[in-house]
Amino acid sequence: MENTFDRRDFLKLAGLGGVVFVSGLAGCSDMPQRSAAGEFYFVQLSDSHWGFKGPKVNPDAEGTLKKAVAAVNSLAQQPDFIVFTGDLTHTTDDPSERRKRLAEFRDIVSALKVKNVHFMPGEHDASLDHGEAFQEFFGKTHYTFDHKGVHFIVLDNVSDPTASIGEAQLQWLAADLNGLSKDAKIVVFTHRPLFDLYPQWDWATRDGDKAIALLMPHPNVTVFYGHIHQENHHMTGHIAHHSAKSLIFPLPAPGSQPKRAPIPWDTAQPYKGLGYRDVEAEIERAEYRITELPVLKG
Amino acid sequence: MTLHARGLKIVSLLTVLCIGTIGAYVGAQPNEQVIKIVAKKFDYTPNVIKLKKGVPVVLEFTTLDIIMGFKVPDLGIRTDIVPGKVSQVRIVPDKVGTFPFVCDIFCGNGHEDMTGTIIVSE
Repeated sequence: MENTFDRRDFLKLAGLGGVVFVSGLAGCSDMPQRSAAGEFYFVQLSDSHWGFKGPKVNPDAEGTLKKAVAAVNSLAQQPDFIVFTGDLTHTTDDPSERRKRLAEFRDIVSALKVKNVHFMPGEHDASLDHGEAFQEFFGKTHYTFDHKGVHFIVLDNVSDPTASIGEAQLQWLAADLNGLSKDAKIVVFTHRPLFDLYPQWDWATRDGDKAIALLMPHPNVTVFYGHIHQENHHMTGHIAHHSAKSLIFPLPAPGSQPKRAPIPWDTAQPYKGLGYRDVEAEIERAEYRITELPVLKG
Repeated sequence: MTLHARGLKIVSLLTVLCIGTIGAYVGAQPNEQVIKIVAKKFDYTPNVIKLKKGVPVVLEFTTLDIIMGFKVPDLGIRTDIVPGKVSQVRIVPDKVGTFPFVCDIFCGNGHEDMTGTIIVSE
């Protein structure tokens, strides 16, 4: 195993305290070396849109998720857990087809070596039936779990088709946070951005500001989300928000063109713009080292 | 796209929103232009709406199928469009420009394409 630290370019971005970004290089033979104590790492996958058909933007729509699963399985050191931040499937008006896609997705990801996998819906999975089918396959759409001293909160901002978290869930969030110490290490997983990233493309959560207000008294909060099919890093006060790449097609940068149309497939660089990420948590400092990884090792 | 501008019309089921960059709303005033906008999966007709700065106008919405949301973030405008009802938004544009609008209630495969623009000129 090569020491890939030697081949990587570490870049600490001013203003994004608590996060170190690592450029994931296609062809890296392996993941970063792990420190023995006080750290763990997880993998974030997002927006696989299983069931999508559109050869101009992804002629391998039926193969990309499977390649990502294989890529994760090939990591020399397997993550502590894996999280899928929504849009597991592409939407359909047909409830039976929706369940078929969810079942197929579940079967594909069951090949992951790591069995500690956390799911949440995206609007494509849940907005047309308020999460009913999703819950049949994957259980609750908002929940918490703890791992090695970090408190993880999964927020559902998609089962309500208005892209709202809703008062009931906000009260649940408030009660959960009230049970934590102020300096608790908190990571939030959700699908849509909690802040107004670009409402002109509906990249927002209608009542996301209320969730951020509840989180704000806690100094150690980081949010990982999906939805926008690209990396984006943003601060609301001291809270960092990091969106993940997609596993089906990339979308343009916010406001960079008139419409949020998918970026066409590049035959010269297949799978360009797609990928998943490794997140290494340094627990004591609540610091997260993000490494973007391609679907295919090239 | 064509602009379907018609005269003032009294509707039986009227949902009124008071939104305007200038002024308060009491309902469409006499001689004010009413622009009818029809929503359906997955478009608005018209999807290009041309307005004049400082000229009041009432946007009147209906939907042919399911509930939709109409939102113009740059103008601070949004309303639900509920099947069987008419929604109205009165605006007095106070700035010139091209302002995108979106459906902000997820409506299916094509929701992301349900967009348009309001163009405000002098």
